[in-house]
Amino acid sequence: MSTVQTSDLGVIPATLVESQRRRSAAPTGDETVATGPPPVEIRDLTVAYHERPVLWDVDLTVRPGKLTAIVGPNGAGKSTLIKAALGLVPVAAGWVKIFGEPFAEQRRLVAYIPQRGSVDWDFPTDALDVVTMGRYGTLGWFRRPGKRERQIAMDKLRQVGMADFARRQISELSGGQQQRVFLARALAQEADLYFMDEPFAGVDATTERAIVELLQELRSQGKTVVAVHHDLNTVDDYFDDVALLNVRLVAYGPVDDVFTHANLHATYGGRIGFLSGGPAETSAAVAD
Amino acid sequence: MSIALVIMITGALVGASCAIVGTFLVLRRMSMMGDAISHSVLLGIVAVFFFTGSRSPILAVLGAGAVGLLTVSLVELIYRTGRVKEDAAIGLVFPALFSIGVILVSRFPSAVHIDVDHVLYGEITFVAFDRLTLFGVDAGYRSFWLLGAMTIVNALFVLLFFKELKLATFDRGFAAALGFAPTVIHYALMALVSATTVVAFDSVGAILVVAMLIVPAAAAYLLTDRLLVMLGLAVAIGSGSAIGGYWLARWIDGSIAAAMAVVAGVVFVACFLFAPRHGLVARYVQLFTVRRAFARSLLLSHLRLHPGGVSMETIGERFLWSRRMTSNVVTAAVQDGLVTDSPARRLTLTKLGSVQAQQVPGH
Repeated sequence: MSTVQTSDLGVIPATLVESQRRRSAAPTGDETVATGPPPVEIRDLTVAYHERPVLWDVDLTVRPGKLTAIVGPNGAGKSTLIKAALGLVPVAAGWVKIFGEPFAEQRRLVAYIPQRGSVDWDFPTDALDVVTMGRYGTLGWFRRPGKRERQIAMDKLRQVGMADFARRQISELSGGQQQRVFLARALAQEADLYFMDEPFAGVDATTERAIVELLQELRSQGKTVVAVHHDLNTVDDYFDDVALLNVRLVAYGPVDDVFTHANLHATYGGRIGFLSGGPAETSAAVAD
Repeated sequence: MSIALVIMITGALVGASCAIVGTFLVLRRMSMMGDAISHSVLLGIVAVFFFTGSRSPILAVLGAGAVGLLTVSLVELIYRTGRVKEDAAIGLVFPALFSIGVILVSRFPSAVHIDVDHVLYGEITFVAFDRLTLFGVDAGYRSFWLLGAMTIVNALFVLLFFKELKLATFDRGFAAALGFAPTVIHYALMALVSATTVVAFDSVGAILVVAMLIVPAAAAYLLTDRLLVMLGLAVAIGSGSAIGGYWLARWIDGSIAAAMAVVAGVVFVACFLFAPRHGLVARYVQLFTVRRAFARSLLLSHLRLHPGGVSMETIGERFLWSRRMTSNVVTAAVQDGLVTDSPARRLTLTKLGSVQAQQVPGH
């Protein structure tokens, strides 16, 4: 079945849109039927920075328990989509629901990995302390992290292979190690839905493998992951579903169905080179 | 209480209260915002005098706090249009607000009871003569009350919201996603910076209060990798510089406020040079140590490949080392018993040297 969604909803009858929405939210036949509202439901989402639209009328219903990649050219609004879902950027129109409710009521269910470059790694703290921050949401205002929180943080550091670096000043970690600290912090949130903003950007091979293993572990636990991804070569290896985005949502669905030449061409436009082989071959020609 | 002691305690309280909020200004890369606030609050103080005729410190703090927040909001408003960079926005806003304040002071001196010199440089010399009267009873030194209260408020704020401040400072987006309202924390911090500036204003003036906000925190940043330790060190450096500044001023018979800033500056330079891990000297020593270790590993591997012995000159030519560098590396290796220097001036590995040469990575 095809779960491709077009972004030109204006020309599609409302009933058809509705049926499409249902289908994209529904599990595929070979899996246990998921009950309850979808992890992420985005409707008519439009975001603009100054007059320029960054996201235009995006509709997307993420399937539960799947690893979803958001791909698209630079400036396509990939990070903005995540930030809008988390209420970090003002929304011009539309809405986002997380497990059926506005995000503000579902914070405890959602973990977030911002781009590594978005924070100051010279901040005076160590890896363990950063991972402990993942527990702050559960602690709420005023309550201090204690032994229990540090224990959880230490477990998560161990899980990403960073236990030996717990007391290391964060500026003394390599880029890949910093990314794993961020990953551990998200794990410490013990959420059901994980938003990751370019988790693979600029990491070493060890970290890349560690992230992939963690993604698979999260999936096996029934968690949902939505990650901004840049490397088209690895989309079909690492992810179940893909959302092709270029301001508008070009297509969304299982990688096998929607990661096609036509859709990639529609997403990347003239910036994609020779469209001869499969997606893996075309990706090499994508100008970044 | 002696005048000297009153001045020193006042200075120490200025140093402590400023260092607490200054630590977060430095970590948030908002030092210039501290500069802007410390100037524009003048307008708040003057406006309160002007419109209410009251010299109440509470009203002055409130007025200044409002103008401080106005400064921050205006800077962000201009910056967010995307037409002006943030530093330029700061440079646009605070001189405008400050100059309105200066015009009011100079045009209506009788109405506001302060002069421009006082605004710029403070009058800590006279704090001992400024006493607070509460309900008709003399309650002690005004500066102690105001600065003491400010220090306690700042310390309470930072200790109560330590976790939230740390998170919002380190990773604003993550803090927002967790629901910790980083914008509210941001404005609360800015309000405290404004209030602290006003209270410190009387003692050290608009220009030097910036030194007390930024310099101790910047110095403490070089000394530690722990936020809480950084806070403590900043408070210690701020207070210590104020007390040291008093003695410096007595010694050179100069401005007390300026001497305080000078001492803080000297402490910063000392930290910049000699901080144990982040200081310039420590960095140089680390680099030197690594270079020497690498040079030694090159020497040992080279000698291992040439068991017949190699002359000093050949080694220098092989690695493009200067005569002095070669001599230093070889002498150190001989002293550590890794290399023997035969009478024929040919260098060979000792037994210990051979063992170490085998451990050199990549050989």
